[in-house]
Amino acid sequence: MEWDWDFVWQIMPTLLEGFKITILATILGAAVAAVIGLALAIARRSPIAAVSRTVGFVAEFIRGTPLLVQLYFIFYVLPDIGIRLSPLVAGVIGIGVHYATYTAEVYRAGIENVPRGQWEAAKAANLTTRQAWIHVILPQAVPPMIPALANYFIAMFKETPLLSAITVLELMNQAKSIANSNYRYIEPMTLVGVFFLAVSLVSVVGLRWLEERYARMDD
Amino acid sequence: MIDWSGYLSLILEGALVTLQLTIMGSALALVMAFLAGLGRLSRFFIVRALATTYIEFFRGTSIFVQLFWVYFVLPFAGLTLTPLQAGVLALGLNVGAYGAEVVRGAVKAIGREQGEACIALNLSRYQRLRHVILPQALPLMLPTFCNNAIELLKGTAVVSLISLTDLTFQAQVVRAQTGNTLVPFTTILILYFVMAWAISTAMRWLERRMTRSLDGVRT
Repeated sequence: MEWDWDFVWQIMPTLLEGFKITILATILGAAVAAVIGLALAIARRSPIAAVSRTVGFVAEFIRGTPLLVQLYFIFYVLPDIGIRLSPLVAGVIGIGVHYATYTAEVYRAGIENVPRGQWEAAKAANLTTRQAWIHVILPQAVPPMIPALANYFIAMFKETPLLSAITVLELMNQAKSIANSNYRYIEPMTLVGVFFLAVSLVSVVGLRWLEERYARMDD
Repeated sequence: MIDWSGYLSLILEGALVTLQLTIMGSALALVMAFLAGLGRLSRFFIVRALATTYIEFFRGTSIFVQLFWVYFVLPFAGLTLTPLQAGVLALGLNVGAYGAEVVRGAVKAIGREQGEACIALNLSRYQRLRHVILPQALPLMLPTFCNNAIELLKGTAVVSLISLTDLTFQAQVVRAQTGNTLVPFTTILILYFVMAWAISTAMRWLERRMTRSLDGVRT
């Protein structure tokens, strides 16, 4: 079978349609991962051993099991207990929570990098724990984490094809349906690869810029 | 009441396939990691360019896209693979690209004076790598290799989508036959977690053994 440019242009609009969903899922998933990751990181530092242990184990469990199975779990098991989610919402939650366990580690390292003296100073200034977090610790901890977080968001972008397994009509799913109805796999599958490679290479440049702008974490 | 024993053996069969994939995939990934990682440090431009292209390509697209490409597009180029072969090839090449960066980083982390001492002792390039650089670089690579192996294990779930009867696939079969979702998916999540835990325990043991022989060499 030969590469056919006419076919490429014919399927391009459908692929772009899917690509939009891919981007949407990545952005929403990143937002979920950023927020839940922070919550996990703070919960892991809880003085109550039961809380920090449980959160630690749950995070470890999520990180040790495949995203695909977690997506199936959210999509097929939750409806049995009455939580019915649309495929995209289920996908965003799945991918967001999975990556939250990774971003939680980034947050944890960033928070631990803030010197102890800052906590003590906050205490001496009579700030509540809440105030200390919001006004003292997080503003210092977050900027150095940005490159590492961005790294995970790129990784997350590359995982979005998995959402096709729970019937989200993103890039990979569109390509698959084109391939199945036309019996041509070369063009759609290769184009999906090209799309992902292009975005990844561009985002690597963006990542370098972020690394220069915000100091690396180990400096 | 459903008789689970038959289904359990189905799932265990799937676990065997997953295990097989993980081991063979890791073996290929290890070979590729050293080939490409050392290739990037080569004297020859062409070797460096080849290694860099391989690494960037496989890190830039997701395992899912690569797997589909190997399984659906390569047949048109005259190379038809069984699902298992396609799975091992895609997983091994993908994780190998990540491993290559680990190898490169670890080799570069060995101080320049070690290389200079080898030149002073008139060791050949091969001897320098085999007897001086690698024995010191290996322990540095192990913790990240451990993470990579767990990523590979998690990646194996994706092969269920090209109809390989691994854990995830068998769970879907059980779901289709019994209509029950909670039991099969919870079972395989636990099985995956146990495997990930076994990998990290084994790696930690290996790390202890390797660093023991280096006592007194590194400070």
